[in-house]
Amino acid sequence: MAEAIQIQVNGEQRDCRADATVGDLLRELSIKTERVAVELNLEILDRKEFDLRSLKSGDRVEILSFIGGGS
Amino acid sequence: MTGDRLIIGGYEFKSRLFVGTGKYKDFAETKKAIEASGADVVTVAVRRVNITDRSKENLLDYLDPKKYTILPNTAGCYNVEDALRYARLARAAGVSDLIKLEVLGDERTLFPDTVGLLEAAKILVKEGFIVLPYTNDDPIVAQKLVDIGCPAVMPLAAPIGSGLGIRNPYNLKIIMEMVKVPIIVDAGVGTASDAALAMELGADAVLMNTAIAGAKDPIAMAEAMKYAVLAGRLAYKAGRIPRKLYATASSPIEGML
Repeated sequence: MAEAIQIQVNGEQRDCRADATVGDLLRELSIKTERVAVELNLEILDRKEFDLRSLKSGDRVEILSFIGGGS
Repeated sequence: MTGDRLIIGGYEFKSRLFVGTGKYKDFAETKKAIEASGADVVTVAVRRVNITDRSKENLLDYLDPKKYTILPNTAGCYNVEDALRYARLARAAGVSDLIKLEVLGDERTLFPDTVGLLEAAKILVKEGFIVLPYTNDDPIVAQKLVDIGCPAVMPLAAPIGSGLGIRNPYNLKIIMEMVKVPIIVDAGVGTASDAALAMELGADAVLMNTAIAGAKDPIAMAEAMKYAVLAGRLAYKAGRIPRKLYATASSPIEGML
């Protein structure tokens, strides 16, 4: 059974399954992958990589999208 | 005016009014105002997704991507590194290579840091972005941005959200004459006449956010702005009369008693 690891998502600590991928995390958070950008430890991921990149303890994930804004 | 399309970086637009999506009461109002404005291009900011409150709605659920061209911006970036990071994230979100580049120099004026802007624009153009830079009304900087490879420039009319209208029409006119790419007047528009004036000076488009979202009736103001941009553009193309110090009568003297 995979143990839990601690990662940081959008600045907040979070528990996560040890063998989870970025794609798993997005699904767990109910975040659709269209029009979302993901940065893993300051590296911007191509969305094709979401299901290929596994998360490790201490990883910092940033999940961003478009919001209302002019300037 | 079916033939008067605006072409920037391979994109073709019918409307010369670009609108932002910030400062509205809610998404429903945002959507109605954008519809009333007739805009084709809509700017958005790039921010963290709210992961704690997943019930929160998404702006993009209210904007049909088939109907609008989404133009992400690097709002809130005060240095080159941040602007590059946000631009690259915007592109990774997978909509297009378009980016409205903002590198701000000061929190009170929100004027662009033109040195940082030029540096960031150069890098992003090399990376294949279609860079639309928010700049000031300095024709020299505008030309440098074009030389770097920006397919359009966006000089400010006045500080963002100030509603002061066009503070320096003479500089903007010089930019229109000297710089050979589309000019999109951005920031500081307050009411319809400001937008019409920008188009009469020769601007190719006007971008505004606060002027609409902050109006007492944003939907009505959006419609006003639609007509203002159309009127200004028609007047510009029609060729105005010159300004004269003295009168020239409109009716003939011949035939008078």
